[in-house]
Amino acid sequence: MSDQPVSPEEVRHVADLARIDLADEEVEEFTEQFVEILEAFETLDEVPETESEADLENVLRADEVRESLDQEEALRNAPHTEDGYFKGPRVS
Amino acid sequence: MSGGIFITEERTEGDSEGPLAGRTVAVKDNISTEGVRTTCGSAMLADYVPPYDATVVERLKAAGATIVGKTNMDEFGMGSTTETSAFGPTENPAAEGRVPGGSSGGSAAAVAAGEADLALGTDTGGSVRNPAAFCGVVGIKPTYGLVSRYGLVAYANSLEQIGPFGSTVEEAAELLDVVSGPDERDATTRDEGAETDYAGAADGDVDGLEIGIPTELLEGADEGVVETFWEAIDELESQGASYHEVSLPSIEHAVAAYYVIAMSEASSNLARFDGVRYGPDHDLEGDWNETFAAVREEGFGDEVKRRILLGTYALSAGYHEKYYAKAQDARAWIERDFEDALSEADVLASPTMPTPPFERGESLDDPLQMYLADANTVPINLANLPAISVPAGDTDGLPVGLQFVGPAFGEREIVRAASAVED
Repeated sequence: MSDQPVSPEEVRHVADLARIDLADEEVEEFTEQFVEILEAFETLDEVPETESEADLENVLRADEVRESLDQEEALRNAPHTEDGYFKGPRVS
Repeated sequence: MSGGIFITEERTEGDSEGPLAGRTVAVKDNISTEGVRTTCGSAMLADYVPPYDATVVERLKAAGATIVGKTNMDEFGMGSTTETSAFGPTENPAAEGRVPGGSSGGSAAAVAAGEADLALGTDTGGSVRNPAAFCGVVGIKPTYGLVSRYGLVAYANSLEQIGPFGSTVEEAAELLDVVSGPDERDATTRDEGAETDYAGAADGDVDGLEIGIPTELLEGADEGVVETFWEAIDELESQGASYHEVSLPSIEHAVAAYYVIAMSEASSNLARFDGVRYGPDHDLEGDWNETFAAVREEGFGDEVKRRILLGTYALSAGYHEKYYAKAQDARAWIERDFEDALSEADVLASPTMPTPPFERGESLDDPLQMYLADANTVPINLANLPAISVPAGDTDGLPVGLQFVGPAFGEREIVRAASAVED
């Protein structure tokens, strides 16, 4: 947990984790903005630990087979399909 | 497209009978409509055509409404001005050269310009109330769990609700009556929304109403806005309401808590946009990570990238406790503060927005400044409460909205109070 301002390397690292390519100008712009925004978030340091008393309950439905999209509808928006499947890039 | 209000103009007739027969409704473009393109204001979904209707859209059709089109919005609901849309900005029909507010700016503008009788938007941190205030119309953010989010393209699930716009409080409440209620396809909906009559509460009767006014929400506001606000409160007093000031000490942390939580949820929700099941066409040359990253660079605009990255940062190892856990503490504290304040008042009142509508382009280069403009609306989403924005008058010819906040499922209280502000 560092209090150092954000570096361009950190922005690139996070972009890598989030799977978003960034142009060099974007890295520069985001680095500057993130310093300012994260500094504003520092106000959260003053927040006391607070117990949340949400009245939550689990809602479960019966695990029954229901109507769903047919294969053609499910594939309709995909840019690449093959033999009734989505087609994506290779994984490794 | 007139004034950038609609992304897609396409009429869908509802059933011939029902409470909304003969009425036209504009629907924000992050709410799924079967067979009609739903873009979320993003290049990522520019050609996406949902194969099913959102629950609220099914209910609109069953109520006899005619849907006239899908309205412009900040990309994925991220923005306060409707300028981050990949399809260009929306004009404010009530204030030339100014933004309509966001992120449901197209929906508010559709009602303000008379392009639709009613409209649906979504409110994650103020995105119905902000444009309602800026465009001089009525907008309601329902209690969390009142309206089904099935078919809404998610941005921040724990905060967002679909909400109605109308020219009058009664009309907005009528639309809320149609879309609210439990839905087996959204397990976060609650039974309190069944069999409602919110429109019937718009009777203008505020005799004996006790209003709490959070001092913190007036402090940073523009002078003209505050003046218009007090004139409206005076008017309510003359109709038999009374008010007292309240303090919500937690509220100064609301904006930071809101953005940390919303961005964190966004970073997770928007991971589904990988270009495989939907999204821009791409070649399959690289490996999965490379292709995924390239599609997302191309498909997402700046504000969306900014929030995904900040959300990823806030959730990453070493920072989770500092940002996300603390934001959840702040959220619990804010909930408790509101509960206390509402134990001694029927409703709370504040200006909806601390300023009149911004000029176009004013806030685009300074995201932090734009985030701070949401100070009066985001606390309500963190506390899961209902709120309404009703036109209160103007300052220098620019619309000013008054916000009422009620207890959970207290929609009738805020509808009644707001109806008394109208002429």
